[in-house]
Amino acid sequence: MQQYSQLPLIEQAILTLAAMILASSLALLAQSRVVATIRLFAWQGVLLAVITALVALDIGDAQLLISALLTLSLKALFIPWLLVRQARLLNILKDSDASIRPGLILLMGGALVVFCYSVVQPIEVFAASVTRNAVALSLAVVMLSMLMLITRRKAVTQVVAFMALENGLFFAAVTTTQGMPLVVELGVAFDVMVAAVIFGVFFFQIRDSIGSLDIDELVRLSESGE
Amino acid sequence: MNALLLTLAAPVVGAILLALLPGVRVGALLNIVFCAAGFVASLGLASGVLSTGPVGGAEFYVDAFNVYLIVLTAFVGLTTAIFSRSYMGHEVGSGRVTTGRMRLYHSSFQGFLLTMLLGLSTNNLGILWVSLEGATLATVLLVSLYRTPESIEAAWKYFVLCGVGIAQTLFGTVLVYLAAAQVVPDTEPALHWTVLLQHADKLDPGVMRIAFVFLLVGYGTKVGLVPLHNWLPDAHSEGPTPMSAVLSGLLLNVALYAIVRVKMLTEGALGAAGGGAGEITGKLMMGFGLISFIVAGLFLHRQRDIKRLYSYSSIEHMGLMTFAFGLGGPLATFGALLHMTVHSLTKSAIFVTVGHASQIAATQLMENIRGLIRTQPAVGWGLLVGTLAIAGFPPFGVFISEFLLLTATMKSAPWLALPLLTGLAVAFAGLFRHLQPMVFGDRPEGQAPVKASLMPVLIHLLMVLWLGLSIPLVLARWFDQATILIAGTGLL
Repeated sequence: MQQYSQLPLIEQAILTLAAMILASSLALLAQSRVVATIRLFAWQGVLLAVITALVALDIGDAQLLISALLTLSLKALFIPWLLVRQARLLNILKDSDASIRPGLILLMGGALVVFCYSVVQPIEVFAASVTRNAVALSLAVVMLSMLMLITRRKAVTQVVAFMALENGLFFAAVTTTQGMPLVVELGVAFDVMVAAVIFGVFFFQIRDSIGSLDIDELVRLSESGE
Repeated sequence: MNALLLTLAAPVVGAILLALLPGVRVGALLNIVFCAAGFVASLGLASGVLSTGPVGGAEFYVDAFNVYLIVLTAFVGLTTAIFSRSYMGHEVGSGRVTTGRMRLYHSSFQGFLLTMLLGLSTNNLGILWVSLEGATLATVLLVSLYRTPESIEAAWKYFVLCGVGIAQTLFGTVLVYLAAAQVVPDTEPALHWTVLLQHADKLDPGVMRIAFVFLLVGYGTKVGLVPLHNWLPDAHSEGPTPMSAVLSGLLLNVALYAIVRVKMLTEGALGAAGGGAGEITGKLMMGFGLISFIVAGLFLHRQRDIKRLYSYSSIEHMGLMTFAFGLGGPLATFGALLHMTVHSLTKSAIFVTVGHASQIAATQLMENIRGLIRTQPAVGWGLLVGTLAIAGFPPFGVFISEFLLLTATMKSAPWLALPLLTGLAVAFAGLFRHLQPMVFGDRPEGQAPVKASLMPVLIHLLMVLWLGLSIPLVLARWFDQATILIAGTGLL
């Protein structure tokens, strides 16, 4: 494996940004206030768009620039805007959604990152240092988002976790394979956008049915509750 | 190719038009018309594939394996649309759904069919992902159509669980693309199924193995494999019944179809094409399948809601099919393909009668559903015969496919035949202990028949009976071609 300092400058930048995305995932895991969570998510989107643009410049791919723009408008602007707007309408913008044992969860997050590295370590195709790190980091972002999803109890923060998960996947596609074929990326972006809108519809449906957005109170259908 | 475009165009036009048209009656009729158009076009497509071999260009690819699923999807879509007309008419009449929401319902119904048909006919693994995620999006607002707290909870669970599951799949797809980009010179078609299969033996085994795990877990969530099945009984029980019929009859099949396709690729990469049982892919599928089969069979016993009961039965059967595809070999594969067909037909027929039964009793709680045969004999008998068929009684088709699967298991993994047989018996008991009092028993005071359309039930059950007595030669050849594609050698 090459040393970090021997890599071309642009790859160093990509790796640094990738590490920052991981850091933003950990910060999302620790953040408890709703508005700050959404804001962090928007910054993660910006980082992702910058990485995509850098990779596009690195390999000279115009198609990837399109998806960088798409990411910026969808993940960094549209979805955060939608979430903030709805949180304001539902009057939960200032609420906090603290997890039960934040310290323990962060430790678990750290362990997940190590685990992800150990999964990709033995694979030879990943031998180029950028790819290996990128696969491990994106897998870690996916895992951390899942951890966030199961430790949150508010619908809004769960949606942020869900969208961060999507970020991790996009991150994987951009850094390991220089993006997916355009038709696939457009399809994925379309799905994500529709999902964001439907989630918005759900906030109101949940509030109307249980009076709040605490997912904890959705326990009528569990098999053991009968 | 034109037939394929027509098959896909019918639901596209339907989804847009039905979203715009007010009027429940017109909407319900047009819903049937569009489904019928799609079905006729799919028959044209099937005859094309049958006479001239695989159809399609770069983006679409239809061979013997998916063409029969396309016809099945269009057919079950059509019969469910017929059922939906009388069922949803009753729901609107009783005030559970407003007419405005019926527009959403019809449009989503067509949208769902579109995603199913697109997922089946596409040649691109990425588009397959997009359409399966689209299927969740199209149906999630239908699960919460009644706006009860339970239905909203079910829809939220369905959305988040399936969303996370399908996200795993996208990661798997990225890994497949990564492996393909190393060996396919031009990266634009590197996710095309035909191109991937051609280069399967050169794909990096390490990457493909990890990719397969992600893909299996992701699509497995949609198939409803235990322990990823939690969303399934909720979504089935709280949504409108026509939705349960198409979810059980179609969505689970398409998700399993996706797993089988990636299994073929992974086995190619691991150098075990056609075999299966000895490799990690086959073992994983057998394990997940067997656990789902047994756990779902046990859960049947403690259900109180009639739709939950039959959705656990779906998990059980999907588990059996996953097990069979994992086992590999021509006999098990042939049996699994047949089982996919007969399960779809039988289960959607059962959901039709279940829908009417719960309308008769005005509840889904099984302890309050009594005396169906005395109230409305057609519904009672339909439920009874449907359940007999799904439990694997001869002479229905499910018996034949389960018999084939058991024979295949005896041949290649005899010790596994024991849990299979036990599981079948447990599931049988689980179904019938609930069914007996619902169908027979005294008719409660004031229970009146409802307007029912039982034509779909009759047609489906007759087809299942026919498949049990003698599989038509055309269909047998078809299954055999698909078996050759998946398992390497045919049965006939």
